[in-house]
Amino acid sequence: MKARLSRDAAALALGAERVADALREAAAARGIALDLTRTGSRGMVWLEPLLEVETSEGWRAFGPLSPEDVDAVFGGTSAKALGAIDEHPWLKSQTRLIFARCGIVDPLAVPPMEGLKRAREIGPVAVLEEVTKSGLRGRGGAGFPAGIKWKGCADAPGPVKYVVCNADEGDSGTFADRMLMEGDPFLLLEGMAIAGFASGAAKGYVYIRSEYPHAIATMRRAASAFADFDVEIRVGAGSYVCGEETALLESLEGRRGQVRAKPPLPVHQGLFGKPTIVNNVLTFASVPAVLEKGAAFYAGLGMGRSRGTMPVQLAGDVRYGGLYETAFGMTLGELVNDVGGGTLSRRPIRAVQVGGPLGAYFPPSLFDTPFDYEAFAARDGLLGHGGIVVFSDSVDMAAQARFAMEFCAVESCGKCTPCRIGAVRGQEVIDKILRGQNAEANLALLRDLCDTMKSGSLCALGGFVPYPVLSALNHFPEDFVR
Amino acid sequence: MTPPFDLEEAEKIVAGFSGVPGGLLPALHAVQAAFGHVPRAAIALLAKGFNITEAEAYGVASFYHDFKLEPPSGRRTLKLCRAEACQAVGADALAAHVKRRLGVDWGGTSADGEWTLEAVFCLGLCACGPSAMIGDEVHARLDNGAVERLL
Repeated sequence: MKARLSRDAAALALGAERVADALREAAAARGIALDLTRTGSRGMVWLEPLLEVETSEGWRAFGPLSPEDVDAVFGGTSAKALGAIDEHPWLKSQTRLIFARCGIVDPLAVPPMEGLKRAREIGPVAVLEEVTKSGLRGRGGAGFPAGIKWKGCADAPGPVKYVVCNADEGDSGTFADRMLMEGDPFLLLEGMAIAGFASGAAKGYVYIRSEYPHAIATMRRAASAFADFDVEIRVGAGSYVCGEETALLESLEGRRGQVRAKPPLPVHQGLFGKPTIVNNVLTFASVPAVLEKGAAFYAGLGMGRSRGTMPVQLAGDVRYGGLYETAFGMTLGELVNDVGGGTLSRRPIRAVQVGGPLGAYFPPSLFDTPFDYEAFAARDGLLGHGGIVVFSDSVDMAAQARFAMEFCAVESCGKCTPCRIGAVRGQEVIDKILRGQNAEANLALLRDLCDTMKSGSLCALGGFVPYPVLSALNHFPEDFVR
Repeated sequence: MTPPFDLEEAEKIVAGFSGVPGGLLPALHAVQAAFGHVPRAAIALLAKGFNITEAEAYGVASFYHDFKLEPPSGRRTLKLCRAEACQAVGADALAAHVKRRLGVDWGGTSADGEWTLEAVFCLGLCACGPSAMIGDEVHARLDNGAVERLL
């Protein structure tokens, strides 16, 4: 009997290993030869551990399973039966380019690499053109056009260049990088190989945060089995700011993860002072589809200047939490209410934070905002890495604003004053406001401080922390009156 | 339990990385994996191996939350996520319960020396919080009862 069961960290955290043991035992007791593939996750986290079994009518799914449910699966009487998973509306309504194989294949089986094959057929110049024409933008948050970045590195003089993958996915509410590295590591490696081919780089690094031991293990095994590009896996050490590209390069070079002033840009002077392409996991993982299906196909998806697909991550107090890959353009409300099913607690939604700890809090009155870089910017928010954290009416928005400052103070690299000192002063000012101490004057001071941090910080940590703080203040002023 | 510091062993570890470009972080990870922390004696070896000053090596080790400059005080460490997605499903109340239960604040070790409690900002388990990590083992959808079973 062929079966698939996820070994994604979320599935493991929800007991997938115990389910696997129960499956093996139950199969042995029945004399059934079990051919169990441990896959990545389909992204339907509320159904994990999710088991899929091949039957004469096709693959049938069961979930969420506990070890006690396994007998009924074999007996054909399972109340956890979900039917044909590919027909499930939550999966069927997606456009899966990056996550097409995730949850289905053995992550460590080397796949056919049609994107890389085509890249080699058309040559580096045409690859750069395809990536530029596809409209693909950096998925780490900044949204910089990937083709332009790659061309900048390709055009930079010098024989030694690097491709660096930023897998320091530190934003709360995001887990797409982790899921991809655990479920389809070769897609990322293929994208990096294409980047190396197009830019003339011969060596790649993947910098993975230490909080992702399962992703690290899978990527190490995949990289050592990958013959098309020399990729080394490096592990972070618990620093959020190392997700900023220049801090990441410093860390890769063996130094404190402090940000560099730009210019020079990494494409001109990056890792070890050499021209370097730094992109997020999802950016590299988008490229094989761009090459395989063509720039026109890719650019045909999305809206405005946001082309292609984005893996949206639904997190926090949400009923159907998980990863939903779709073309840009769905509204926030559709994603949270229709796809996410509202809150898990069944309380009304009060706010959603989009784009991680440095993203803005949006009230339901802004749920008509389409998932698009420019549309979010126009409403003083950001898409970031595509994470949406849902909060019910039990949330205290002043506490969230204070937390944003506290987080910034803990994680600041200390290089620039607005971030290093500003975050500490920000906590103090919010505390004063909440004590009712010169509230009006201190509110004005808080806004002034946010303005200084926004325009005076070296990188996005201090520069973007005003997003959650000011959005909480602007949309939920009542929470700041005590 | 990790073995006590062994100079010869540490020298071997450092030598394995000193030729690696940007090898200081991997070396620090390896030292910590071997000895449970990064002792001052190892800082001196790292400085020599990478041709930097001891102050620089110490500066790197102390920058990162992961590297411990003192031996771990608890036998095991519970890393509890306190980032936003877990906050949205009750991580703050859960953390308050764990702190009361162990009689410690963040970074503290229970009186019996069994557990050290650490905060972590996101384990990438944001659709099934609150979450926690013990060693490399991850746990999700925690509540007071589930944490009790872990402890």
